[in-house]
Amino acid sequence: MLGNWLYIGIFALVALMMPAITILIAGILAPQRPDPIKNSTYECGVETVGPNWTQIKIQYYVFALVFLIFDVEAILLFPWALAYQFLPLYAILEGVLFLLILVAGFLYIWRKGALEWF
Amino acid sequence: MDFLRDPIGFVIQWYVFWLGGLGLPAVWVELIAQLTGALVLATGAMLFVVFLIWYERKLIGRIQDRFGPNRVGPWGIFQPVADMLKIFTKEYITPIGADKITYNLAPILAVAAVLLLWSVLPLSVTVVGADLNVGLLFLIAVGGLGEMSYILAGWGSNNKYALLGAFRLVAQLISYEVPLVLSALVPVMLAGTLSVTGIVQAQEDVWFIVAAPAAALIFFIASLAEIGRSPFDLIEAESELVAGYNIEYSGLKFGMFFVAEFLHAFTVSLIFATVFLGGWRGPGAEQIPILGFVYLMLKTFVVYFVTILFRGTLPRFRIDQMMNLNWKVLTPLSLALIMAMAVVGGLTRGLPLFWQVLAYLLVNLLLLAVTDQLMRINQRKRARFNLAMEMGRGILTTSTKHGTGE
Repeated sequence: MLGNWLYIGIFALVALMMPAITILIAGILAPQRPDPIKNSTYECGVETVGPNWTQIKIQYYVFALVFLIFDVEAILLFPWALAYQFLPLYAILEGVLFLLILVAGFLYIWRKGALEWF
Repeated sequence: MDFLRDPIGFVIQWYVFWLGGLGLPAVWVELIAQLTGALVLATGAMLFVVFLIWYERKLIGRIQDRFGPNRVGPWGIFQPVADMLKIFTKEYITPIGADKITYNLAPILAVAAVLLLWSVLPLSVTVVGADLNVGLLFLIAVGGLGEMSYILAGWGSNNKYALLGAFRLVAQLISYEVPLVLSALVPVMLAGTLSVTGIVQAQEDVWFIVAAPAAALIFFIASLAEIGRSPFDLIEAESELVAGYNIEYSGLKFGMFFVAEFLHAFTVSLIFATVFLGGWRGPGAEQIPILGFVYLMLKTFVVYFVTILFRGTLPRFRIDQMMNLNWKVLTPLSLALIMAMAVVGGLTRGLPLFWQVLAYLLVNLLLLAVTDQLMRINQRKRARFNLAMEMGRGILTTSTKHGTGE
């Protein structure tokens, strides 16, 4: 098992180095002639007005919160699914009960209108 | 081991044996062998993209009644090579005010996240990178790492289009990760293991796409959204956001995003083929491992072909349609699917395999039919609502016309 994780670690390093080295080589090969107009922010030919890191609609955060709930719940469900074949029927029903509570929360979110994109 | 039956495994064994013969300590032998394996696999995957780009352009060309690339080499097969040479000699333009670290890290991370997925996928019986006992979870987690690179790109570019694209992209990717993870629970339940090799082995009698077609469909749609291809390509919608998160990138840094996208599309097909289509399984694949590799590639290319067909034929979703499809169709369906599969599996536990699979299949088809009916009813309701709105608007416009005396 440890050897496997060693392989993952080595692979992660190789996977990071590969594009990095390619970009470096291309950086050496490619010409570098910067000038202020060329380097300015691209915005359809006109100059940028105001700061570029603008505020973003609150909607995105609502979806991020809903996602967070489901992600945590999925982590909780994976061990249950893993042991599923050895579980007695009542343990399976308990998992279903957990999912039903989640569905109730999901319906609440839905009714509250958090899933509407406007 | 016979060379003809398993050339890849044979070369690996021979190489490890040769390393051992050099008189190095065992730890070093293992380390060097693993490093070589990682290098070969990563390089192979990166070079494979050249072929993928040609394949996809040719196919998209045929769909759009064109020839596609056909000038450079036979059937234009060297076109991506020429493109690659061109992009290698392009200048990098770093916009003023860009956050240098995040800006430069993003394309590297985009490729690395996709390449890392290849480390746990079993390519044939003998060629397995790392057989992790949390393989499927690893695939999902590392697949999520790619999102990081996109938001880094959008945030670091100091550009409004890029930021808007990145926010849309994160909203889309994290939303579609919910049905992806939930539908990935079904193969775990059926196989009883998280290891990818274990999941392939568990499909000895029946592929999981037969036992759980609904889960396969959800997984496929969610992974289509994860790779950000049409019909889910509103993250780099050319007509609205110019190019989305990668607008300020040029030269090979842009090329890296391109490589990551194509490789991700193929890798997702590979994961689908492994988890739902039986991976390297096929007649005689265990005795002749090279056949397993061929089967896996065939299955992957079938899935990849379907992905390209979707890309070539479907128009782009609007963002609210995309969100509705995810949160109001796929997520409830996958939740219902898990519950139904769990109960049905618990009730049919003692039965022979055939009846068990039949029960699973029926439940899946029933759920799909119910979802289809609900969507149809909803659409009819919405059409009626829209019609009423249209009529109301008609009355309004005529009355104002009269009011102003035109």
